[in-house]
Amino acid sequence: MIDINESVMQFLLAFVVVGPLLGAVTALLPAPPGLKGKSPEQAVLRHGVTVTGVILIAAIVLALGFDHDHPSKMQATTDISWIPALDVRIHLGIDGISLPLLVLTALLTFLCALYSYFKMPSGPTPKAFVALLLVLESGTLATFAVLDLLLFFLAFETVLIPMYFLIARWGGADRQAAAWRFILYTLLGSVVMLLGLLLIGIKAGTFDMVALATDNGRSLTASVQVIAVLAIGTGLAVKTPMWPLHSWLPDAHTAAPTVGSVLLAGVLLKMGTYGFVRILLPIAPEGFRDFAPYLAALAVVGIIYGSLACLALAKQGAKGDLKRLIAYSSVGHMGFVLLGIATMTPTGVNGALFANIAHGLITGLLFFLVGALKDRTGTTDLDTLAEETGAALYGKAPRLGGLLAFAAVASLGLPGLAGFWGEMLALFGAFKPADDLSRPAFLTFMAIGAFGTLLTAAYMLVVVRRVCMGAVPQDAPRLADVHTYEFAAWTPLVALTVVAGLWPKALLGLTDPAVQQLLAGGNR
Amino acid sequence: MSTLAAMAQPLASSAQPLTATAANLVQSVDWLAIAPPTVVAVVGLVVLVADLFVGEQRKALLGWVSVAGLAAAALLLLPLLDGDRSTFCLTGDDAVCSYTADRFTLVIQFLVLGGALLAALLSVTALKDADKRLPEGEYWFLLLSSAAGAALLPASRDLATLIVALEVASLPAFALVGIRPGDRKSSEAALKFFLSSVTATAVSLMGISFVYASTGTLYLTQVADRIQHVDGQLHTLAQTGVVLTLVGFAFKTAAVPFHFWVPDTYVGAPLPIAAYLSVVGKAVGFSGLILITVVALPSYADVWGPALAALAALTMTVGNVGALRQQATRAYSAVRLLAWSSVGQAGYLLVPIAAAAYSDDAERSVGSTVAYALMYAAVNLGAFAVAALVGRTRTANRITDYRGLYATNPFAALLLAFFLLCLAGLPPGIIGLFAKVTVFSAAVDAGLGWLAVVMAVNVVIALFYYLQWTTLLFRAPEGEPAAHRVPAPVTAALVLTGVLGLALSGAPQLVLRFTDTGLF
Repeated sequence: MIDINESVMQFLLAFVVVGPLLGAVTALLPAPPGLKGKSPEQAVLRHGVTVTGVILIAAIVLALGFDHDHPSKMQATTDISWIPALDVRIHLGIDGISLPLLVLTALLTFLCALYSYFKMPSGPTPKAFVALLLVLESGTLATFAVLDLLLFFLAFETVLIPMYFLIARWGGADRQAAAWRFILYTLLGSVVMLLGLLLIGIKAGTFDMVALATDNGRSLTASVQVIAVLAIGTGLAVKTPMWPLHSWLPDAHTAAPTVGSVLLAGVLLKMGTYGFVRILLPIAPEGFRDFAPYLAALAVVGIIYGSLACLALAKQGAKGDLKRLIAYSSVGHMGFVLLGIATMTPTGVNGALFANIAHGLITGLLFFLVGALKDRTGTTDLDTLAEETGAALYGKAPRLGGLLAFAAVASLGLPGLAGFWGEMLALFGAFKPADDLSRPAFLTFMAIGAFGTLLTAAYMLVVVRRVCMGAVPQDAPRLADVHTYEFAAWTPLVALTVVAGLWPKALLGLTDPAVQQLLAGGNR
Repeated sequence: MSTLAAMAQPLASSAQPLTATAANLVQSVDWLAIAPPTVVAVVGLVVLVADLFVGEQRKALLGWVSVAGLAAAALLLLPLLDGDRSTFCLTGDDAVCSYTADRFTLVIQFLVLGGALLAALLSVTALKDADKRLPEGEYWFLLLSSAAGAALLPASRDLATLIVALEVASLPAFALVGIRPGDRKSSEAALKFFLSSVTATAVSLMGISFVYASTGTLYLTQVADRIQHVDGQLHTLAQTGVVLTLVGFAFKTAAVPFHFWVPDTYVGAPLPIAAYLSVVGKAVGFSGLILITVVALPSYADVWGPALAALAALTMTVGNVGALRQQATRAYSAVRLLAWSSVGQAGYLLVPIAAAAYSDDAERSVGSTVAYALMYAAVNLGAFAVAALVGRTRTANRITDYRGLYATNPFAALLLAFFLLCLAGLPPGIIGLFAKVTVFSAAVDAGLGWLAVVMAVNVVIALFYYLQWTTLLFRAPEGEPAAHRVPAPVTAALVLTGVLGLALSGAPQLVLRFTDTGLF
């Protein structure tokens, strides 16, 4: 949109990745004179807001300077040798696929930092909290920006320790067990993924993602591709998460602090699906083709399973936890993303990428809202909240209730909001999958997936009815309605949900050329 | 040390037909090449003699002389960097030598001398704290002799020198483990260590004699050559010899099932000695294994390859499960955990050696072991340094004693967290991660997929106990934390290992380049 010098773009991208790390180190140091603020706690939380804010601005400038006429071209690329012995290069770059995720990450982290500035989760010192948050941001941004397989693995692993500590130290009940389950599951997955990445790198002679994508799997034999896809796919599927490897997710979400849940759902899960699109589709297409029907089958099982789990949790007397419910709904939504990828068509993959972003926005908002609800009522247990008639949020805190209802209908995929396009395109892709995939199978998956959208609508409406509606007792204490800082943190998400819903081309225009090229192989 | 090597020389050459005439029996010795182990040995003797003449107040001087000697020996590696040197060669055949200072030798010597130096720094404080209950002169003499043997070992290129070096490295170590007078646990550990080690050496000597019987030479390169043309009748003998020889070195690396001495020995020994054994002892074992397998017996790869692969899988699994089972509240559980984890790490070290049997480029695979060992040495010694620091105030050294270390000593706590995460192989311990990646890559490259998967599971198991310990550091401390001053030598050791770990994390190429270049 605006013309920015290439070397400035390079610097911006490198800064976006390294900046949070520097910020994390400085967060641990004592504040310099003049920036001490009211108290050390306030100073360090403000530091977090400043750093993430600067990173967000850099990411937005990057998006503005991005050549929107050629989104399939890798831009702002840096390529320098780091470890020649392992052939690891610091190769950074963004295209239409990674740019939206990069901006989403920067945005969500900034909003989380802003939210924590006013509402710090209870736990040990904010110093460590801010440092961990920034390391987490660096790891996720790096995942979307690097173009070297081993560097991707490094970035993938970087998020584990900060997330572990965020859950284990600032989380709610059962946080230790949940944090352990999170880190052990995902580490096992990523170590297996490493084996696959090494196999590809050794057999193809390079770890460079661009070179490998251009090669389009021609220098890898069919058996190598199958093994590599199995190994890498397992690692990514744990992260995504795909049914039946999802069982770490509900616990982690339930125990994590609000900010942790937002980032976990909004950003960390995307690392898995991004890996599918960026690594498996172009680099090992033959191997992926063999597994695509199974992936699609597991994806639709995930859709149905997630929805049924949510329905069960939403039922009266089930002692369902709202956070756990949203976590299960994530399993369902990510099922749509996986289904879209498994179709191996531009339509499906575009849908998957769209759903990725939409899920990040909407589920991020939902977790924020539930967190706010918990702060006000002290519980996220649906039965305690709703009692007999319903929590009557519309009556007690109308704005909060309205926002919750908005997020819920966005999540169920109401046309005109962000949630709709991704799932529709994913189903559309399944209607006509890639040529050498079995069409009848995918038609079945499509039908089941479409049924899943109905179930999603069902449980979301039940939640809205039980939480937002109901009779307000005369003596009921009014809940504090949405605070200014909450408005500040949530408005961008609401606005983007609407924009993406009404003007999907803004996003699809970016991803589509890149996806076309990725599926066709060819050079960039 | 040169005397030992020279003694081994006639032993080795006597195997040759006596072609040498009296005129060229006198060998010219390349003193520069053998300087690093020699200097250490000489300083050791000097310290032992000086102990008799130095007054009680000045005993600390002995420690600093030893530290300086080790540092000087490490510096003497620098002039050797320009190219391969050999000495004690066979008269008439310059290609067959007993002592070679090639790249492999220099790297391992650097590791050994550096490791001994750090252990010595920790010892200075430990001896001061022991307040004359440990005999200083003997302590330093034993430590330096052991280091001299360990430095000689990677350079030796005949089986006799190899065994002599192995024994020079081990015998003083037994004495060091049992050096605490009147401490039952210490002497029990020493006895355990001694008996099992001697048995292993005896077995390995028998193996060497079998190999010698079937090939008629002790020089590694000649063994490699001749063992391919062994008489059919002697084939079984040669094979038995190969396996038995390996047993002795597997013991030194603490590979399963020769690992049972490790936890008790580490707990019984003074802490700096445990640190020394965990790094230098291992270096001795695996460099001997590399020399025997890759240099002497490449044609028997089908025998030692699967054996080492199985050994590696067993070792890492048993070590990590052992570490996992440690109870944090038990006395000395921190040292015990480090001991078990060092067994697990030994398993990772063996993986590339096993992979060398299957790979086209054995040197590349072995380079992964060397790179991993360098990383491991730096961070494991760092972890021991923090353990030594904590052990000063909390003598039981339980893992629970580390609770809230961040509150009392943030610097040490952050470093220990970093070291543990390096050992676990997770960012921010980037060097640990990439060292593991090279080991994985060696296994995948060699087609040892199953071993890579076993290792993957082990990495996850290991993460559990490393991270558990790490979290404890940042918990709120129980009771009133007592701040205490960190003694200078321990600070020096901490800073050295910390700077090394961080520098390597920024530029992993520094150690990983050994996976890319020829070592021999």
